[in-house]
Amino acid sequence: MAVAHPLDRYLRTDRLPTMWCPGCGLGILLGCILRALDRRIREGSLRRENVGFAGGIGCSARMTLYPYFDSAHVIHGRAIPFALGVKIVKPEMKMIVVGGDGDIAAIGGNHILHAIRRNADLVVIMANNMIYGMTGGQQAPTTPRGLYTTTTPYGNPEREINIVKLAAALGANYVARGSVTHTPLLEQMIYKALGKRGLAFVEVLSTCPELFGRHIGFRSPVDLYSELRKRVVVKTRPSVEESDYSWERGFVIGEFVDRDEPGFIEVLQEYTSRARGGAG
Amino acid sequence: MRVDYVTGNTAIALGSIAAGLRFYAGYPITPTSDIFEFLARELPKRGGYVVQFEDEIASINAAIGASWACAKSMTATSGPGFSLMVEALSLAVITETPVVVVYVMRTGPSTGVPTRSGQYDVLQATYGFHGGLVVPVLAPATPQEAFDLTVRAFNVSEKLRTPVVLLSDATIAHTYGRVVVREPGEVEVVERAKPSVPPEKYRPYDPGEGLVPPMACFGEGYNVLVESLTHDERGYYAPRSDVQRRLMWRLYRKIVESAPELFDYGAAYLDGCDVALVSYGSTSLSTLVAAKILRSEGYRACSIRLRTLFPVYEEGIRRLLNGVGKVFVVENNVGLYYRELRGVLRGSEVVSVPIIDLDLPQPREVVEVVKQWL
Repeated sequence: MAVAHPLDRYLRTDRLPTMWCPGCGLGILLGCILRALDRRIREGSLRRENVGFAGGIGCSARMTLYPYFDSAHVIHGRAIPFALGVKIVKPEMKMIVVGGDGDIAAIGGNHILHAIRRNADLVVIMANNMIYGMTGGQQAPTTPRGLYTTTTPYGNPEREINIVKLAAALGANYVARGSVTHTPLLEQMIYKALGKRGLAFVEVLSTCPELFGRHIGFRSPVDLYSELRKRVVVKTRPSVEESDYSWERGFVIGEFVDRDEPGFIEVLQEYTSRARGGAG
Repeated sequence: MRVDYVTGNTAIALGSIAAGLRFYAGYPITPTSDIFEFLARELPKRGGYVVQFEDEIASINAAIGASWACAKSMTATSGPGFSLMVEALSLAVITETPVVVVYVMRTGPSTGVPTRSGQYDVLQATYGFHGGLVVPVLAPATPQEAFDLTVRAFNVSEKLRTPVVLLSDATIAHTYGRVVVREPGEVEVVERAKPSVPPEKYRPYDPGEGLVPPMACFGEGYNVLVESLTHDERGYYAPRSDVQRRLMWRLYRKIVESAPELFDYGAAYLDGCDVALVSYGSTSLSTLVAAKILRSEGYRACSIRLRTLFPVYEEGIRRLLNGVGKVFVVENNVGLYYRELRGVLRGSEVVSVPIIDLDLPQPREVVEVVKQWL
């Protein structure tokens, strides 16, 4: 079969084009995820039939509609427990949870917290566009303080949540922040996350030109993309303390945590084998 | 097979093991936690997994996920937890995910009396989630029925690809009784239909000639799509009236048309019955005694306990109560299931006997109320 693009074999091409607005950062992220998967599958460190996606609700979670793998588009905030259910009974699966900042940091906040605490063997990719895009530009827990959203018309009075810090504090094996403005680095982070045991969390700064950029004065997708690129600071092994962000101070990206503690699944299996009178 | 003396809750746990449970996801709540604790001890010995999640929402969603990885899955809860689970039940309905939810009712609303009984949630068990479809609800009254109906709940959920609610209550949960316990392999177990076509031809929501599509799992190379949006047979989002109609009617029909097969009840003193006391769950233990008392006083009373509450098999219920003069619906709430039966038995005299009691309605009280109408 002739392919128009080398990544087509990983896509449900009959569902293209995607539902994302022109200029949305999520297509860039999807490209990075698929290239990272392609590398893993080609080198033999992942089997294609053992890759599964799960997403909740939102533009980012809709990413699960397009990859040609086992995929679940479930309910708002609950992709993590769904994915963990799959992983517990089929440990050979590599479950990738994709969601937006609202899906994962707001309504799904309790689940990301406890998935990290467990060091659950999942790859969690949180696209952070700092806004509720699908519902029309409302405030998110990630919205930088002071910015306009449709539900904070006089400016967002709240502080931004920093899941990088949470993930580091509660013991995730891998914590990184990338940006759709720096794709080779982002692809490398996702590639690395796919090879980790335990919980691998990658926050991805992304652009919503329609409902974030336009509302704060950037008239075109390129303007917002360029502005974000300007405010991103790439660091090699930044400290967790440097992960706090604001619109004025900007955004540090890089690998904040990289360790190799046993993941939840192998500990659970070890304890379960005790019940069966096995070793461990 | 062995005979044991166990509580309703333990009987449910034993029944789930016999049915092939492989994954239990739970969150502690009175009066269900001993199901969880029993399984935490016993299921790992048989190669299954028991995990405590951060809340009931995570528990039901994890059970749904595990079911999509081909493991028979269950969770158990009570009113407050079930209220948190209903959004995910809706997901299980539209994605046609087999999963068993044990609902041990306690006194409500809200925190109510957590340790005591009631039947306030009988309608919530099937109508609680958004989308207006029906989830099968099976209601045991004794530990033996708790065991048997748990096995049945799994079989129904696998066969119809649907969540099934096993509706118990705090009285049954803590009542000991003689139970014939069967081991895996000693009960009839139904497994979900698997696709017979190769992955490239598989359409996850295509029911073929029937109403229930074969189900592939994660990790089998079928590129399964679990879709919460309105979807066509491929699992693709399709915001169109024709697709919505097709999907809704199939999801509705596969449950409602199974009503005759799912219909199950127990009856006593049925011969020549003119005064029928209809109930379900723990209250039916009271109505059985009440019917006996009424018989001894010369009334032609009978007792009927429904073991399948939803889908309602209207024809079956009409046939069962054909020729009965008066039907009394006895329940430990404000008269909820009565509304279902009143609709089914249009033309007959149907009387609601709602008796609120933290334990069981006392048979004497049932008799007193019924006699006011005779």
